Amino acid sequence: MPLPYSEIVMEHFRHPRNVGRMDDADAKAVEGSPACGDMVAVYLKVDPAEQRITDIKFESYGCASNIATGSIITELAKGKTLEEAKQITWKEASDALGGLPPIKTHCSVLAVDGLRAAIQNYEERHGLVKERVPTTVEVVNKRLKHVMNPVTGLDVVRTRLVKEVEISEGTVRVVIDLPADHQFAANIREEITDKIEPLWDVDKVIVEFTE
Amino acid sequence: MVGEFVYLDNAAATRLDERVLEAMKPYFLETYAVATSQFGYSPGIEARDALDAARATIAGALGAEPEEFIFTSGSTESSNMALKGVAMALGEKKGRHIITSKIEDFPVLNSARALEKQGFRVTYLDVDEYGRVNLDQLREAITPETILVSIQAANQEIGTLQDVAAIGAICRERGVLFHTDATHSFPRVPLDVREVPVDLVTVSAHLIHGPKGIGGLYVRKGTPLAKWMDGGFQEFNLRAGEENIPGAVGFARAVELVTPEETARLQDMRDRLIERLLRIPNSRLNGHPTLRLPHNANVSFRFVEGESILLHLDMRGFAVSTGSACFSRSLEASHVILGIGGNHERAHGSVRFTFGRFNKPEDVDAVVESISDVIENLRAISPLGKGQ
Repeated sequence: MPLPYSEIVMEHFRHPRNVGRMDDADAKAVEGSPACGDMVAVYLKVDPAEQRITDIKFESYGCASNIATGSIITELAKGKTLEEAKQITWKEASDALGGLPPIKTHCSVLAVDGLRAAIQNYEERHGLVKERVPTTVEVVNKRLKHVMNPVTGLDVVRTRLVKEVEISEGTVRVVIDLPADHQFAANIREEITDKIEPLWDVDKVIVEFTE
Repeated sequence: MVGEFVYLDNAAATRLDERVLEAMKPYFLETYAVATSQFGYSPGIEARDALDAARATIAGALGAEPEEFIFTSGSTESSNMALKGVAMALGEKKGRHIITSKIEDFPVLNSARALEKQGFRVTYLDVDEYGRVNLDQLREAITPETILVSIQAANQEIGTLQDVAAIGAICRERGVLFHTDATHSFPRVPLDVREVPVDLVTVSAHLIHGPKGIGGLYVRKGTPLAKWMDGGFQEFNLRAGEENIPGAVGFARAVELVTPEETARLQDMRDRLIERLLRIPNSRLNGHPTLRLPHNANVSFRFVEGESILLHLDMRGFAVSTGSACFSRSLEASHVILGIGGNHERAHGSVRFTFGRFNKPEDVDAVVESISDVIENLRAISPLGKGQ
């Protein structure tokens, strides 16, 4: 078939593995947003004794490479310990799929990010974060790079929507340079809260808009 | 294409009609001479006659005189010629302001952008939720500096028809030239230049089962237009280059073969398709419910992405198009869906179906059945829209 995707990609696209919602997940993460066109949710079931991923599921709102990468990372991660699974790279996922078109990197990285974020979510929820680095503006900004600016499809940091980040006694205040009645305001607030709140020393996230 | 493949992307390209091919053949193999003047050798004169006849047929379909119709390599060239030709002719003399809309197809949009780089000012008019230009906004936008208004006759994606007669009347009253890109409507949606005050019209053969690589520009007598493709004196000294005679003959034959009966048949398929697609939950029509191209249906499905829909439909033997960023070469979501106030999600989930001569009534049922199934499957794996 004269498609830009390999046969393995098409096979995973057609029959994605480990797909669906997990209601009793031990950890979950969502990367991307509907507004930027791609979104992946990853759910984990973890054996606490071995810290091993016993079950994993994903959901995807996205193109073929997004769906196929979501599928392949669940196969790669299942049965691995959290430490092992953290090491799974986009390159490994891409190789396992027989390669992905370069233009589709963004959509496929999202799935790998989703896996890592889910592992991180597990560690944060279960007090497993070893080096308890205090949350700094830098740490917050790094996480904000995973929140998309729906207007452009690029992240809110790169598109300079983040006007201000302030941290004081467990409260993180983020000011977004958009009117509060912007169609995506609620969306962005929710996403920022989801990304920042799990940090071990953060109690409260306040998202403000400029007008 | 494979036997049972159902092609529903006739706004991108169409299958050539065999009768068009038959009409063209002699001009490849027998009358291949260059069109000469009346004092040339006989094959050249025959070629000239064929070109003249083709020109008269197409001009006639627009209600124009033959010498008002210029053959080009296609609608991209025609629109470039209209915008840049007028800019070159009037930029110094009259002004450097052009008005167009936000949802034009790329030949107009990017010609306007190119002119901006050369110091022209361009106003991109908003459109309403259906894609219609606001006539009051147009009136307000016209200044003494304005040299051209370019508003499409029909939209390439959502099929919305503009009120070209009203737009033309405003331009005429204000003494501004009016160009319309009629690539997607000609000749199925009638446009008669004797009734509509339009000065320049872009048309093409490739969407009406004619050959690719031939189009034209109607240029009303007396319209100031600079020649921007230099070379010989062909096409009334407005467009140089040896005439594409087989193409011109094929274009004319293609125009002749479009009938109101056929267009009504396409419209019937369109209406049935829209009606059935809108029964799928969380779907909505893009474009105007009635003022739209007779062969265009465009529907957005929530919680699913267009490229995935397109690939699944391809595997099931259907060709459609989508406004999703993932599908476009530029990775940008459809500027048309965004232009009518839709968000990225609506663009991503938009699917365009366009009918042509070779579609059969049963294609509607087949594609509805398949896409319903595809959307259900994709929604099942989507993190969005659960419980809605």
